[in-house]
Amino acid sequence: MSVLIDKNTKVLVQGLGKTGQFHTEKAIAYGTRMVGAVHPSRAGTSQIFEGDTDHSGVEGRDDTFRVELPIYATMRQAVAETGAHASVVYVPPPFAADAIMEAAESGVALVICITEGIPVGDMVKVKRYLADMPTRLVGPNCPGVITPKECKIGIMPGYIHQPGRVGVVSRSGTLTYEAVHQLTQLGLGQTTAVGIGGDPVNGTNFLDVLRLFNDDPATEGVIMIGEIGGTAEEEAADFVAAQMSKPVAGFIAGTTAPSGKRMGHAGAIVSGGRGTAAAKIEAMEAAGIVVAPTPTDMGTAMVEALSR
Amino acid sequence: MKIHEYQAKQLMADRGIAVPAGIVASTVEEAVAAVRPLVEQSGNPVVVVKSQIHAGGRGKGRFVEHPDVGGVNVVLDGIEGGIEAAENRVRELASRMLGSTLVTVQTGDEGKVVNRLYIEQGIDIDRELYLSILLDRSVGRNVVMASTEGGMEIEKVAEETPDKILREIVDPAVGIAPFQCARLALGLDLSGDAAANFTRFVTALSHAAVDWDSDLVEINPLVVTTDGGVMALDGKMAFDDNALFRHPDVEAMRDVSEEDPAELEAKQAGLSYITLDGTIGCLVNGAGLAMATMDTIKHVGGEPANFLDVGGGADAAQVAKAFRIITADANVKGIFVNIFGGIMRCDTIATGIVEAVKEVGLEVPLVVRLEGTNVDLGKQIIRNSGLDVVAAEDMKDGATKIVELAK
Repeated sequence: MSVLIDKNTKVLVQGLGKTGQFHTEKAIAYGTRMVGAVHPSRAGTSQIFEGDTDHSGVEGRDDTFRVELPIYATMRQAVAETGAHASVVYVPPPFAADAIMEAAESGVALVICITEGIPVGDMVKVKRYLADMPTRLVGPNCPGVITPKECKIGIMPGYIHQPGRVGVVSRSGTLTYEAVHQLTQLGLGQTTAVGIGGDPVNGTNFLDVLRLFNDDPATEGVIMIGEIGGTAEEEAADFVAAQMSKPVAGFIAGTTAPSGKRMGHAGAIVSGGRGTAAAKIEAMEAAGIVVAPTPTDMGTAMVEALSR
Repeated sequence: MKIHEYQAKQLMADRGIAVPAGIVASTVEEAVAAVRPLVEQSGNPVVVVKSQIHAGGRGKGRFVEHPDVGGVNVVLDGIEGGIEAAENRVRELASRMLGSTLVTVQTGDEGKVVNRLYIEQGIDIDRELYLSILLDRSVGRNVVMASTEGGMEIEKVAEETPDKILREIVDPAVGIAPFQCARLALGLDLSGDAAANFTRFVTALSHAAVDWDSDLVEINPLVVTTDGGVMALDGKMAFDDNALFRHPDVEAMRDVSEEDPAELEAKQAGLSYITLDGTIGCLVNGAGLAMATMDTIKHVGGEPANFLDVGGGADAAQVAKAFRIITADANVKGIFVNIFGGIMRCDTIATGIVEAVKEVGLEVPLVVRLEGTNVDLGKQIIRNSGLDVVAAEDMKDGATKIVELAK
């Protein structure tokens, strides 16, 4: 089992530019069911993706792939033709908010936006637009979502993942890779890893993903990786204390970040004394979450949480 | 991106939002020449001379060269002495303020050089209020904050008397509603003309904040004049860097002299870099990992000299550039490269480092931790380079080694 995506998830890609093409090829090689693309200027044509799969040599699975991906003008058309469940957005920042809204309006259940640098004002409008819709948005400015050996939607390196017992949710891409790598090394593996992104206004938050993992029978424990800025980690800690039935480990980046400076991610900023790492760590520890002192200790923190 | 007060007031005036009349001056002569038209236009013999820097606390700030001069000066000489007396006083003040270094609570001890003054008409103030518009992240919408405690630091008000801060969340589909403005006016004890003018002011500013893609608009103080007018006596604005592409007029207001040269250089190279006070330079891919690297250095007893995220798609030339920026910092006593290659390949990073070291030399210890895509190839490139590089097993091991070596 897993959350959000699995081997049956049919995926569309919005924005088949250089980045979109690169990651579409990697996704297909990983085994993701890519069913089409939306890229208006190339509508009516198709693109062939072929090469060796990531599981070449594995018994019962294909060594190579060849997929002819149809390209559509609109999301409505693409969903009608393919019956896709999810879409991944690689559209450049000025147009990404529109792409997210178009995806939601077309009826896909899940939209994962990888694009970094979308204006906050655009995301405020997107969030308002999505409020009454059943569509779930993950991101923007995130690495995506992966269920190991089943479905990879996003830019994470597939090979570090391994099917297993732990759910991962994170605001940071590379720190997710650190956690995943350690879980794989420790033999714990992952059920699903979800990057919720580093922007101040995003779709799915820690709380939403913790809820999903809590209800997923295969997930035995969760690692949540936060950073300075906002109060999403504090809200998640409240949920863990009140309702979470599974052990949680965590890490918060930015203990040494100076106040008032944006640390790379648009959302990673301590302003007016709010959003500090210390406040988040305190809230998490009070909720019974095992907080790793450094990222190198995330895997062992999970082991400790699981053994409690 | 931040702008100066005079620029913020220009933007507000363009939207019909009430601000005092003012003239910007970068020389003593310009400052003196501003007095007569301001006094004649407003009919008020008082003018104010305000330092233009990107930092708050100017009124209480003092000049290093002239400790008896503050950052903001109200010139009353015109009341009795006429325009000439006001001009003489402005000349005296401007010659001391321009080119001098102003230290405020927000500038740090080194202060900031004042290159521009804003000469403004005097205002007959009845009350001083506070108003700001910024993002409330917990709801993903703008919030308008208002308080009767104008002129105070709002963080202090929030801490000591939180009930004195009024908040209205703005629905992005409709903007701030008249009933919300009325509720704020009531809470601020405004009535009659002042309440009507306040509603007009807040509505216009709230719409403008969305159109400008501002991160923060802070009017402190917002003043009620003796005749019931409402205007911005000060104006602080910051803009969403990601939205500047659609605001060339705002981008044109950028004052590069207010920005850290190393940070500016990094930005132009597509790198995310922030100068810090410590001695361990860091070169990392990914913002979260870069922050966590700083934390780990601190955890093992060191102090980071910078935040540096080369991003997910950096090439060897960008890595080399990042390396040069770090080595240019005289405080750096050791460098820690921490990479978890995903899309970014370890061999790309390794090639960039080797290129950079060959070009700029290496006078401090260097610890490199590589993990992820093409890690073996990356390690091999470093080994074969013959450079004096210490390899690390993991992030904590790397941080421990560089802190030890840099002692």
